[in-house]
Amino acid sequence: MSSLPAKSSGLWRQVISRPQGALALGLLAFLYLCALFAPFLAPYGPSDQDLQRTYHPPTALTWTREGLSVRLYKNSDPTQALYQPIPGKTAVVRWLPLGHPYRLFGLFPCRRHLFGVESKQKIYLLGSDSTGRDVFSRLLYGAQVSLSIGLIGISISLGVGLIAGGLAGYFGGWFDSLVMRTTELLMAIPGLYLLLALRGAFASQFSSGEVYLLIVIILSFLGWSGAARVIRGLALSLRAQTFVDAAIVTGLSPWRILWRHLLPNLASYLLVASALSIPGYILGEAALSFLGIGIQEPAASWGLMLAQAQEMKVFMCNFWWLLTPGAAVFLTVAAFNLLGDTLRDVIDPHFRTGNR
Amino acid sequence: MLLEVANLVVRYPLPGGLFFRSRRFVEPVKGVSFRIRAGRTVGLVGESGSGKTTIGKAVVRLIAPHSGEIRYRQERIDGLSGARLHPYRKRVQMIFQDPHNSLNPRLSIARILGEPLEIHFPALRAQERRSRAADLLRRVGLPSDSLDRFPHEFSGGQRQRIGIARALAVEPELIVCDEPVSALDVSIQAQIVNLLQDLQQELGLAYLFISHDLAVVEHMSDEVLVLNEGRIVEAAPPEELYRNPKNEYTRKLLAAVPSL
Ligand SMILES: Nc1ncnc2c1ncn2[C@@H]1O[C@H](COP(=O)(O)OP(=O)(O)OP(=O)(O)O)[C@@H](O)[C@H]1O
Ligand SMILES: [Mg+2]
Repeated sequence: MSSLPAKSSGLWRQVISRPQGALALGLLAFLYLCALFAPFLAPYGPSDQDLQRTYHPPTALTWTREGLSVRLYKNSDPTQALYQPIPGKTAVVRWLPLGHPYRLFGLFPCRRHLFGVESKQKIYLLGSDSTGRDVFSRLLYGAQVSLSIGLIGISISLGVGLIAGGLAGYFGGWFDSLVMRTTELLMAIPGLYLLLALRGAFASQFSSGEVYLLIVIILSFLGWSGAARVIRGLALSLRAQTFVDAAIVTGLSPWRILWRHLLPNLASYLLVASALSIPGYILGEAALSFLGIGIQEPAASWGLMLAQAQEMKVFMCNFWWLLTPGAAVFLTVAAFNLLGDTLRDVIDPHFRTGNR
Repeated sequence: MLLEVANLVVRYPLPGGLFFRSRRFVEPVKGVSFRIRAGRTVGLVGESGSGKTTIGKAVVRLIAPHSGEIRYRQERIDGLSGARLHPYRKRVQMIFQDPHNSLNPRLSIARILGEPLEIHFPALRAQERRSRAADLLRRVGLPSDSLDRFPHEFSGGQRQRIGIARALAVEPELIVCDEPVSALDVSIQAQIVNLLQDLQQELGLAYLFISHDLAVVEHMSDEVLVLNEGRIVEAAPPEELYRNPKNEYTRKLLAAVPSL
């Protein structure tokens, strides 16, 4: 306990001072900024189709007299998606052009995008999918779903876990027994089956917003039990510390003790737990969407995009760019794990790995 | 009479049972009676595990007695709970055995000392609380610029002083001192004991002074209770205890004290 940094600003400074911590935080900041500004960064909407340009490869960028440009392609065999660059023909990249309207942060109506090309041509930084939608744009829009699901999910499950586990550990008695038996029940059922069963229990004709909500709720429902057990243990051990006795003798109410004395001492655990469990939510959403019972078309999520990349054609013709959502999931999960490990190293010297 | 304890019995339930508490228990305190007068010190000695802390905790109502009576200024307090204990909390405080655990590592000294003030003197404004906390620090012999520091920045003896300041904050009449010096160096032990004696003179405090060390208790107390396995086997003024120990167990305890 005594090794905890007293102030949280010191904690973050220590995380950044370690290379892996700085890397993880930088990467996550970049990913979340991309998700936040997705409509602005994406040249096209998530469901803008172009049936003339299906399975288009990433457009090459070149430098011409007019400035940065993209090469133009000709489809030599529509059945096989064999695109050939047309020699000498390019379209210049425009900066901050007007495009399809959107609302930035869901609030401010806006039509500007970061970049684009003239409307007859297309810029596909990461190629296009089976209906000619821009993979780069969909990746950005998908990030909004995939990245936010972890944050919301972890807030709910840690919130529930904190209340259930904290009260169970502090007060004990029948409430403790009730919480512990419930978590044991939940943990006895393999997660994936419970996930599928819960999802199956609800009809599938939901709007994508409702499905999103449903996924978050299902994943949090599965996730709170582990957190509750750990928090209960921590609350029990904190409860046994004499400063809690001192607070009782002082005359503090139980709620005030929980709030002022237990919660701050749990904060570092909560931080590490969030960082380490967010990947579970991201992977959970990806798994559900991959199995076709998660986010539905035309909305985008990384899992859904990967599900669409399962077609035989993708493997036969080596449309590698359709697998970029997988890389995005990998990067995000790795960054969160790295951040969690670093936080734990900083907070808990007993788990410290390697030399500092 | 400030505090009267009669036939105090304390039980702890043993763990077990799937949903409900098991009916098995341990009984570390088996019918203890004693009294404390205002401004006096009663020493409580006994070997480790004899139930000293448990008695202290029952007196400050950290645990509820199984049976017996605790009266404070004639008023029964053994059955009270929650908000009804509030007035009692302002009068009876405790200093704890382990100075490393008794201060929340996440709170600054100002917050630690401000908390009892906030609760028992709600009329005080933040600035007044702060200056009172600084006064308390000065009174226990710590520089008042310690206010914005955190417990880990202090030594064991200094932390024990902070614990004393926290107990003093509510202006109590009785303080249960649970082995306040046994975790400290011998040289610092004397300083803390002297501080407690000075405070007693100055503020007219009564102490229930718990220790396993007869020498410390003798130095402090007007009356000494010898506790063995949850029962008081002898109660006498310290000089008499030394001169003429009546009980076999007391003699054994005395024999273990290194003669100075
Ligand atoms: N919360 C508890 N639950 C169950 N048993 C307990 C609990 N607290 C104390 N005991 C038991 O009660 C007995 C008396 O403990 P207590 O802490 O009062 O002893 P003590 O005289 O203060 O000893 P020490 O000098 O080591 O502090 C011990 O046998 C201990 O194991
Ligand atoms: Mg003890």
